[in-house]
Amino acid sequence: MSEQPDQTEGAGAARANTAKDRAKVYWRANLKLLGKLLAVWFVVSFGFGILLQPFLDQFQFFGFKLGFWFAQQGSIYVFIALIFIYSHRMRKIDREFGVED
Amino acid sequence: MDTQTLIYLFVGASFALYIGIAIWSRVGSTKEFYIAGGGIHPVVNGMATAADWMSAASFISMAGLIAFLGYDGSVYLMGWTGGYVLLALLLAPYLRKFGKFTVPDFIGERYYSDLARLVAVVCLIFISFTYVAGQMRGVGIVFSRFLEVDIDTGVIIGMTIVFFYAVLGGMKGITYTQVAQYCVLIFAYTVPAIFISMLITGNPVPQLGLGSELADGSGMHVLEKLDAVLVDLGFNAYTERTKSMVDIFAITAALMLGTAGLPHVIVRFFTVPKASDARTSAGWALVFIAILYTTAPAVGAFARINFINSVNDTPYSEVAEVYKNYEDLGLVAWKDKNGDGVIQYSAGAPFAGKPEFDGEKRGASGERTVTNEATDNANEAYVDRDIMVLANPEIAGLPGWVVALVAAGSLAAALSTAAGLLLVISSSISHDVMKKTFMPNISDAQELRAARLAAIVAIIIAGYFGINPPGFVAQVVAFAFGLAAASLFPAIIMGIFTKTMNKEGAIVGMLAGLVFTFSYIVFFKFVSPELNVAENWLFGISPEGIGFVGMFINIGSAFLVKRFTAKTPQDVQDLVENIRVPSGAGAGQAH
Repeated sequence: MSEQPDQTEGAGAARANTAKDRAKVYWRANLKLLGKLLAVWFVVSFGFGILLQPFLDQFQFFGFKLGFWFAQQGSIYVFIALIFIYSHRMRKIDREFGVED
Repeated sequence: MDTQTLIYLFVGASFALYIGIAIWSRVGSTKEFYIAGGGIHPVVNGMATAADWMSAASFISMAGLIAFLGYDGSVYLMGWTGGYVLLALLLAPYLRKFGKFTVPDFIGERYYSDLARLVAVVCLIFISFTYVAGQMRGVGIVFSRFLEVDIDTGVIIGMTIVFFYAVLGGMKGITYTQVAQYCVLIFAYTVPAIFISMLITGNPVPQLGLGSELADGSGMHVLEKLDAVLVDLGFNAYTERTKSMVDIFAITAALMLGTAGLPHVIVRFFTVPKASDARTSAGWALVFIAILYTTAPAVGAFARINFINSVNDTPYSEVAEVYKNYEDLGLVAWKDKNGDGVIQYSAGAPFAGKPEFDGEKRGASGERTVTNEATDNANEAYVDRDIMVLANPEIAGLPGWVVALVAAGSLAAALSTAAGLLLVISSSISHDVMKKTFMPNISDAQELRAARLAAIVAIIIAGYFGINPPGFVAQVVAFAFGLAAASLFPAIIMGIFTKTMNKEGAIVGMLAGLVFTFSYIVFFKFVSPELNVAENWLFGISPEGIGFVGMFINIGSAFLVKRFTAKTPQDVQDLVENIRVPSGAGAGQAH
């Protein structure tokens, strides 16, 4: 962590406390973002590509049955987007909390 | 120039390039040998990861698998790409922040236990050798088909090349050769795909061609036509699911989780300068991988159409020369059941098992005589799925240089993955077993020597597997992913996302997941293969997907054991807090 140990004991403990809290809030922000993105990850692959495939296949999409398209093409494009969104948003969160590397 | 000369030229030039890079990137320290000094640019690392990841199986076999499985083949497409989301979000940045050399290194330190480290080494070696054996088979097929040398000589040539850059250059040599290999393999994969897409649909983008109308004037879409033709021949429709939904779900999950737990992939993210670079690098890796993985289903569908058009209802005497080449290798066979001299292709196996040929004896139409007992269906043609990508350019009548490119590309795919695997095997021996466990007093120079020696031994063992391939190679691919999903993946995740998971829990969890998955696969694949049907499977999940259940067994038993054992020490809890924030990672060195 970027916090330097403090000289006086009392002030050090106080600062450690806030640093600890801050780390906790940072971690919670990360988990929240993870939760949202992994939900999308699950929905496009296991949801659209597998569980809902029989239902979605009644719709046509650029010459594909929609469920089939998600299973063999669409989910992969969404995966790429998810990683870059995560990377971008985390960089912002890192900066907000002053923990960027 | 004729095709054969072009093949020698392309393969020879690519090999010369790899050796040149090896000599240029020699290393002098363990840090360079294990993680290339930790200064690799995230985009470069992404490209190297893509080559590391895309093996002979991805390059040669996957499109063929999809061609014959249709929708069911989606498990590989989603499974082998979706794992990168887990890597980028749940593993890579934290392991990079941790900043050591190997996966067992993390397990050993996080679970403050040499036993945990050694259990992880065992998992790693098992997973990686299974995988390496598959690469060697790929090298063997390519050499025997394209270079007209026998398989043994081919494997020895391949091993010599890997020896050069893995032993001299370690991770640094491997990284830069993998970048070169990525360029060779992706070019070799997409060029014929574009040609074939143009021929079949008139659309040069295979991803769009797969959804386009056929160029034959029938006005039918590619997938519509495939569905119709296959149903006509007695197969299931291409776009319909044939496995149970639960099994498709479990296999996809096991492949995703396994991908995120494969040591040779994880370790690539130790080589970037910062934790935040590990996130972007995983994104780039998936971009480079997706270029091939979104093309593969198009290649598969086109290949199936081409295959049916060029074989079904065609007299043997008029069949394309390329089939006869593969017939000579035993990968294609024809049994003229009704004696009309014409090949009839339809659903069902033409005869029991793999073709057994009667020496060089030829049948009435000039085909190689197959001695297997004929089955009572109408199908007369046997085809090994692995030839689909290799034969596709020739079936489609593409120019010689495209065929030569495919030869060089498939060798690049096999060699890059083999090298990455050999490196993680050798570094887990020299670093985790020797330096960190049994011989802590050796110097850096001695450790580096040990790493090189371990790499040589690993190459020799891998070469042995290549020359004497265990007959079960194709079947044990499920091992590598299932075992990674059930052993290493949960241990790493619990190490990052809980502060309280202790060493007892982690060790019991890894062993429980490993033993359960291992026994399930061995039972159904080797002990009682006749019982390997859906009715006997646990929850209807096949051995390929059982790693998904193994993961829950790992996590469940880990938490159970944790409740009754000593708490995690404070310094380890602090370590977990520390890896959760990106700041303060040791900077890498540029080169």
